[in-house]
Amino acid sequence: MKKAGILMIVGPLFLLGLYIFPLWNIMLGAPQYPDPLGLNIHINGLKGVNEFDIQNIDGLNHYIGMHTLPKVDDMWEFGTFPTVIGIMVALGVLIGILGYLDKVSYKWFFGWFILMSILGILGMYDFNEWLVDYGTNLDPNAIMKLTNPDGTPMTYKPPLLGHVKMLNFDVTSLPASGAWFMFVGMMLTLAAGFLGWKNAKKQ
Amino acid sequence: MKIYNHLLMSVGAALMLVSCGQQNQSSNGALSSSAAEKVYVAPGEQDEYYAFLSGGYSGNLTVYGLPSGRMFKEIPVFSQFPTSGYGYSEETKPMLTTSHGFVPWDDAHHPDISQTNGELDGRWIFINGNNTPRIARINLSTFETEEIIEVPNSAGNHSSSFITENTEYVVAGTRFSVPIPQRDMPINEYKSNFKGSLSFISVDPEHGHLDLKFQLLMPGFNYDLSHPGRGKSHGWFFFTTYNTEEAHTLQEVNASQNDKDFIAAVNWKKIEEYVNNGGGTKMPANYAHNVYDESTHMATTTVKKEVLTVDPLQVPGAVYFLPTPKSPHGCDVDPTGQYIIGNGKLSADLTVHSFDKMIAAIEGEKFDGEAYGIPILKFEDVLAGQVKSGGLGPLHTEFDGKGNAYTTFFISSEVVKWQLGTWEVIDRKPTYYSVGHLMIPGGNSRKPFGKYVVAMNKITKDRYLPTGPEMEHSAQIYDISGDKMELIYDFPTHGEPHYAAGCPAELLAPKSQKIYRLDENKHPYAVTSPTGSKVVRDGNEVHVYMSTIRSHFTPDNIEGIKVGDKVYFHITNHEQDFDVPHGFSILGQNTSELLIMPGQTKTSVWEPKQVGVWPFYCTDFCSALHQEMQGYVRVSPANSNIDLSWSLGE
Repeated sequence: MKKAGILMIVGPLFLLGLYIFPLWNIMLGAPQYPDPLGLNIHINGLKGVNEFDIQNIDGLNHYIGMHTLPKVDDMWEFGTFPTVIGIMVALGVLIGILGYLDKVSYKWFFGWFILMSILGILGMYDFNEWLVDYGTNLDPNAIMKLTNPDGTPMTYKPPLLGHVKMLNFDVTSLPASGAWFMFVGMMLTLAAGFLGWKNAKKQ
Repeated sequence: MKIYNHLLMSVGAALMLVSCGQQNQSSNGALSSSAAEKVYVAPGEQDEYYAFLSGGYSGNLTVYGLPSGRMFKEIPVFSQFPTSGYGYSEETKPMLTTSHGFVPWDDAHHPDISQTNGELDGRWIFINGNNTPRIARINLSTFETEEIIEVPNSAGNHSSSFITENTEYVVAGTRFSVPIPQRDMPINEYKSNFKGSLSFISVDPEHGHLDLKFQLLMPGFNYDLSHPGRGKSHGWFFFTTYNTEEAHTLQEVNASQNDKDFIAAVNWKKIEEYVNNGGGTKMPANYAHNVYDESTHMATTTVKKEVLTVDPLQVPGAVYFLPTPKSPHGCDVDPTGQYIIGNGKLSADLTVHSFDKMIAAIEGEKFDGEAYGIPILKFEDVLAGQVKSGGLGPLHTEFDGKGNAYTTFFISSEVVKWQLGTWEVIDRKPTYYSVGHLMIPGGNSRKPFGKYVVAMNKITKDRYLPTGPEMEHSAQIYDISGDKMELIYDFPTHGEPHYAAGCPAELLAPKSQKIYRLDENKHPYAVTSPTGSKVVRDGNEVHVYMSTIRSHFTPDNIEGIKVGDKVYFHITNHEQDFDVPHGFSILGQNTSELLIMPGQTKTSVWEPKQVGVWPFYCTDFCSALHQEMQGYVRVSPANSNIDLSWSLGE
């Protein structure tokens, strides 16, 4: 159980990477943007990949009636997510220490992993909701009102994952380094759970 | 330049006929398929070198790529440039101020890129205005002219603007000698009364700011071209002279009588020391110093009233004359600093002086008389060798860093490659036609990049589709990476390039600025926030603080302007995206448009003379809604009492 406990302590610490590195990244390239515009989504706010990217994305999107990208104060998520991650890291490390000291069983490790997975899925769901709103809640006085071939108004929801061609832009949305930190951290806690489970079977 | 060249042409006509067969031979199939591959820069790919070609009588500097010969930009320097508003906008008008008032044109000659330890460092490029003597400094991150200093006591600022190997000085010599100080006197009393000034303008190592440190007052010859010593000869500067006869009329004959003129060797380090120890004489002067400040986007003029002059006789050992045959034109120093080449433009041969021999002759005090007290060294004592070229009319020489030199021959219209040390001619290739300058990137430094040479011609004739009597000049690119030169491309240039400077692309491309930061804009009339726009009246002056972003002006409706008002449109471009300028023009504007880069502020004055509602619009196709980027100004009679008002979207 010692090894499993150490893994369970280390795993959640990887989530601290989310405070530094972006969780998600959306890149927008077009013929006139050979150096694409980019948006890094951090748990505490949006940042341009280059300094003026957000301003320039907003400048372009106003033609098609999209709202400006949210500032930190515009979305409750940017205040709540860092707190939730902080609590989860503390909880995970605590479980790890208790596991190391044989005070709790490996089931707690799985418990943390499942809770974190649920929170992650909720987070993704919330993120997708925002993307839908951002891409479809358009200004009725937009300069350019485009329609799909079937006559319905065109919307501009960026993909949650992967690539989409949107007007003249190639939009690519992928997990960024922060997400990989989280992934590795969570895999470590899962490994900790299995290791603990194996140890328990042996005894 | 061109006039006397034409005269020379007729002098050399017989010789040109002789060399015709040779030209026909190589012009046939000169562009082989391998040549095409060598100059082909595929769409989306970039050139290997930057080339900065002077614009001559355009007054400006053009930027090209090598080997493609594609022109990227014209940088306005000494001439008003309606394309951007340079010299028309309130901010840039002071750049063209001189002691003779506003001079909106000049004859731009010899660009030179700044150096550190004799190697190109790509910080700035300097160029001289020949007609109303001036030196300009251009920033090589913004590719904009930042500073112009007028050179007093100079006339025909031609042996300029060459820099020393650590950019300590940019040097400006006078081609025409004049009375110093200027005064009312008979022209025929030129001899021994006129003087030639050689100006040493210090360059601030951090900001590049120019300061006329001292002027050497030399005998009244014509100081034609110059180059710095480098390596072992660092600390010296060499100037070719002609008209040592001191003729004041019909110079084409009277200034061509002496078999030998001089190369003046100036030990500037020695003079600098003399000046630093309080030497020299302060002389009243009157010259303008114009500096553009990137943070305020604005130029200011300071009039200077004094110049420090140095009499060469007061600094023993500072100046010597090296006899050089036949009115030498170009004065070129090889990358090691050992050889000083005098291109005797009225002869077939090149004269090469040896720096070591010169020093030995000076130490041995082997003089062959003196001119106005300046010792003349014996020709044989300083001569390293002569290149028996077989060409006629050598003008300029550049170096490839592999022990070879390349000299242009104007009359026989060719580039001749020869070897330093053996003085043997290795190769020769015709140019089309009558080449003046040539340029190898870094060819005037310790470290040339000997891959291409660009020949800049004075005569175009049949090279391109004809465009009436007036045509752009032609230039040729030769591949010089092998033993033999190979003509690989031919392209038209803009204005009349006199010399050029080139450097590897990687020296400049990565630091080329993309935008000006709005949050660093210190222009006193800038609008830095979207809500800062306003219109302010001060008597009959009206200041419009206007901002632009795709795709509108703020404000775009202005009322309360009256006939007789002087309306200043101060326009700030709020874009912070690469290559999104906005333009501004208004009907009846007596100046040019403005082209305002992202983050920049520029000002145009408009003096409405007629009552009415007058439109203004963006001149740069900035976006899909560019056509909608427009507005109106209502102009009322002078005696009306309509209040000033302005709006957007109401």
